[in-house]
Amino acid sequence: MIINHPLLGPRDASEFTYLGDASLMQRPNPKSETAIDDFYRYLYLRENTPGEHRELWYHEQGDRSWLVVTRNISTHEITKVELARDVARSGT
Amino acid sequence: MSLVDYNTPLGFTWNGKAYQGFEGDTLASALLRNGIKIVGRSFKYHRPRGIMTAGSEEPNALVTLIGGGSQEPNRRATTIKLFDGLEAKSQNHMGSVNFDLLAVNDLLSPFLAAGFYYKTFMWPRAFWEKLYEPAIRRAAGLGALSATPDPDQYDKGFLHCDVLIIGAGPSGLLTALNAGRAGKSIILADEDFRMGGRLLSEREEINGSNALDWVSSAIAELKTLPNVRLMPRTTIFGVYDHGIYGGLETMTDQIGAKGAKQVLWRIYAKKSVLAAGATERPIAFANNDRPGIMLASAVRSYANRFGIEMPNSALLTNHDDALGTPVDHVIDIRKGEHIVDTQGRGGIKQVTLNTGRKLSVQHLAVSGGWNPNVHLTCHKRGRPKWDETLACFVPDAQNLPAEMHVIGAANGSFSTHGAFIDANTVSELLGVKSGALPAAEDAPVNITPFWYVKGNKRGWVDFQNDVTTKDITLAHQEGFSSVEHVKRYTTLGMATDQGKTSNVIGLAVLADATGQTIPETGTTIFRPPYTPVPIGAFAGAHRGQHFKPTRLTPSHDFAAEQGATFVETGYWKRAQWLARTGEQGWRDSVDREVLMTRNSVGICDVSTLGKIDIQGRDAGAFLNKVYVNSFKLLKVGKCRYGLMLREDGIAMDDGTTARLSETHFIMTTTTAKAGPVFRHLEFCRQLLFPDMDVHLISTTDQWAQYSVAGPNARKLLQKIVDPEFDISNEAFPYMACGQMTVCGGTRARLFRLSFSGELAYEISVPARYGDALIREMIAQGKEFDAIMYGTEALGVMRIEKGHAAGNELNGTTTATNLGLGGFVSQKKDCIGKVLSGREGLTGEDQLNLVGFVPDKKGETLTNGAHFINQGDDSTPENDQGYMSSVAWSPMLETYIGLGFLTNGKKRMGETLVAKDFVRNNHVEVKVVSPHFFDPDGERLRV
Repeated sequence: MIINHPLLGPRDASEFTYLGDASLMQRPNPKSETAIDDFYRYLYLRENTPGEHRELWYHEQGDRSWLVVTRNISTHEITKVELARDVARSGT
Repeated sequence: MSLVDYNTPLGFTWNGKAYQGFEGDTLASALLRNGIKIVGRSFKYHRPRGIMTAGSEEPNALVTLIGGGSQEPNRRATTIKLFDGLEAKSQNHMGSVNFDLLAVNDLLSPFLAAGFYYKTFMWPRAFWEKLYEPAIRRAAGLGALSATPDPDQYDKGFLHCDVLIIGAGPSGLLTALNAGRAGKSIILADEDFRMGGRLLSEREEINGSNALDWVSSAIAELKTLPNVRLMPRTTIFGVYDHGIYGGLETMTDQIGAKGAKQVLWRIYAKKSVLAAGATERPIAFANNDRPGIMLASAVRSYANRFGIEMPNSALLTNHDDALGTPVDHVIDIRKGEHIVDTQGRGGIKQVTLNTGRKLSVQHLAVSGGWNPNVHLTCHKRGRPKWDETLACFVPDAQNLPAEMHVIGAANGSFSTHGAFIDANTVSELLGVKSGALPAAEDAPVNITPFWYVKGNKRGWVDFQNDVTTKDITLAHQEGFSSVEHVKRYTTLGMATDQGKTSNVIGLAVLADATGQTIPETGTTIFRPPYTPVPIGAFAGAHRGQHFKPTRLTPSHDFAAEQGATFVETGYWKRAQWLARTGEQGWRDSVDREVLMTRNSVGICDVSTLGKIDIQGRDAGAFLNKVYVNSFKLLKVGKCRYGLMLREDGIAMDDGTTARLSETHFIMTTTTAKAGPVFRHLEFCRQLLFPDMDVHLISTTDQWAQYSVAGPNARKLLQKIVDPEFDISNEAFPYMACGQMTVCGGTRARLFRLSFSGELAYEISVPARYGDALIREMIAQGKEFDAIMYGTEALGVMRIEKGHAAGNELNGTTTATNLGLGGFVSQKKDCIGKVLSGREGLTGEDQLNLVGFVPDKKGETLTNGAHFINQGDDSTPENDQGYMSSVAWSPMLETYIGLGFLTNGKKRMGETLVAKDFVRNNHVEVKVVSPHFFDPDGERLRV
């Protein structure tokens, strides 16, 4: 696979480490009354449907950027690659 | 006229006998040139087999190449380029290839039909392991491995191009010319060592003269174009995501030759053009597998390209194309004739026709039509579609891999004219101008489908796995009707040739049995690799020592000079102990290192620990988020132990972090977790706390760091640290840190930390001074008997102190388990805090880290032992925990252990049994504090 890094251009997937679903960036509020339940859902529950997923990839053998990669897990087609920090700041 | 060079003879041996071939021969053509008909025995029935094809689809002629003190089995003779001194032998026979003792299997064939293993070796059950399986394993398989290391070298490489053209026949060559002239960067790959495809084997004209002239001039022009890379002997074996193709280039077939034997290429192509041609298919009839029976296209290849005549021959065909084969008799199925049987055990002697006519022949050319090489179009789960007129599967343009075009015979355009039209059409699609269309033959495909002759006798479909028409019909009768089931039950198409010549006939036989059409029957899916790829090529240079990188510590050379034994920790090699003369085994050395350190001073290389430089206005706040304890208020010039959790509440790593300034921290991690912790910190920084002003960089490799431990540690360091820096106990107390200079001006950092429990420091200098520093410290420490100690002594001392390490931070333990529950700050949030409070990780009956000593002094403890209450049975329900680390303590002169015990903190003084069923060591142990040595920490504060 090739991941089109927003800063570095197309890079081979072997330079990256995969983590999981991009929802991992939405860490729940630890002060909430339902925090334990929220964190349980946050850490363990995934929809895991076929089709497009937003995933977290880390450019470990490169510039150490975390990326949000929109990938169709049925076809492996990658339609969008964003810097995760930008996504986190915009809160989407 | 042929394409072999009769002026360059090449000697080779076959089954120990010397023969001669010529430059330009394959091993197959050289064997035929020397009249060798039987080249191997079949897989199951051990029937004599001869060469059937002239290409990579060859099912029969699998041979073993010998050389370099090794051997390589299952090589296809048709793809081996003959070289001088080649040594090969036939395989899969007991006795000689001409008289094989296992040929008795052929007489037993009624018992060896599809699924015979499952049916025959069912019972008695006990016989399977002892009798059936060993016997079957001895008889099964094709060639044999040498069982010695592969003497050859392999390499790997990366290539990029605008257009990858797969196949250098007429359509591939013309596309390469068009796109190459337009300046596109092109890779033209062909599995053959000579480019030209079928034009090399046919007698055709292009633009009114010999087609070979056109091929030569095309290649000559392509060679002049700097943007074109010609790659003969390179098989594109797989299509992967996003335009990545796997290619295997064969540099030589010679075992043990200098340089890389094969190169595995990863090719990144913006577009690809599949011009892989087509493969001829045989027709199944009784005894159609005798030596001397060949595909018609192979007969023409051997005649036209290699100059080998096949006298006294006949042709069986159902279409026009094969009629160009030079034979004495033609059996045209469309005229009502076909073959019902053949005779001749060691080679065909006679054929019997349905009309009763018998022909005496030595060679029989067979052609049932052509199958486009659609394999690569299916690697991304595309399926081909059936073309009724051409009677073959063609690629389905709707589901090709992205950016792939298919042209020529691979696309069902079988005439040379059709191939050229396709090439010019695809050139337009690639955005380049096409040149004038070369004039070539345009014979229409005129075929009447004919797959097999019905009857009771065996007609071979899959020659390599010995699957016959009878096996397929039988599989259907036994209820296997799905093509995928039939494939697995009969092993049709599952041999090393992947059914290149057999799949479609197999489908036709099955379609007849089920009463369906071929498209209704469907196809099995093609997966990479197109042809076999040696594991060695995938490994490339990453073998043995080079399987993974080696990281050496700054003191490596010094330690080696001191007789160190090294241990691998990840990629690192660390000194494990440093033996002195007279020491009997490692325990002597380790005990001495511990005693000398505890009595005076010892030095250990701790450079392998991860070092992460953390800077920024929010660095302290950031550390508060990743560590359970507080760092925000840590004073400048101080260090603190920190524990880090995963978000699920399990301990991730520990280490010390030092504050060099308001905005500058140095974190240390364990050796094993240096990478994962850095990744985790970047995750927290970029994703969870993106607005914090904090920056991270790993400096593990930039600093050499030594632990200097023991009562004389300060006295030694005072000789190293430059005098303007006061490191007295008052000025530089326990947990102090600072930047200073050593040895007359060399930049250094000093941390007063102790893992051993002694008065101890960690001193770091830029890595390039690491070797000089260890030598200087040992030299300056002579008066104190200073020594270097290894990781074993380090481990003994940390167990004596009850410090947790990798065995305790093992991915299942919480802060509470580790006895560090009190560290978790109640005033702030941190990663893992919420879930460490969940049910099951809190409350009664948690495992606690405690110490253990054997009840009877002198008994040996082993880690991994499980604790059972005295008198209880050794069952999982009675499990009380496990021993995680053990050591012989030279200070206490007993074995000591750390382990996790249910409610351990409240069970001090209890006696339990530590049961180790792996090493059969069951010891009564007493529960004690994990702090065995100097429990109040007096030694480290002096």
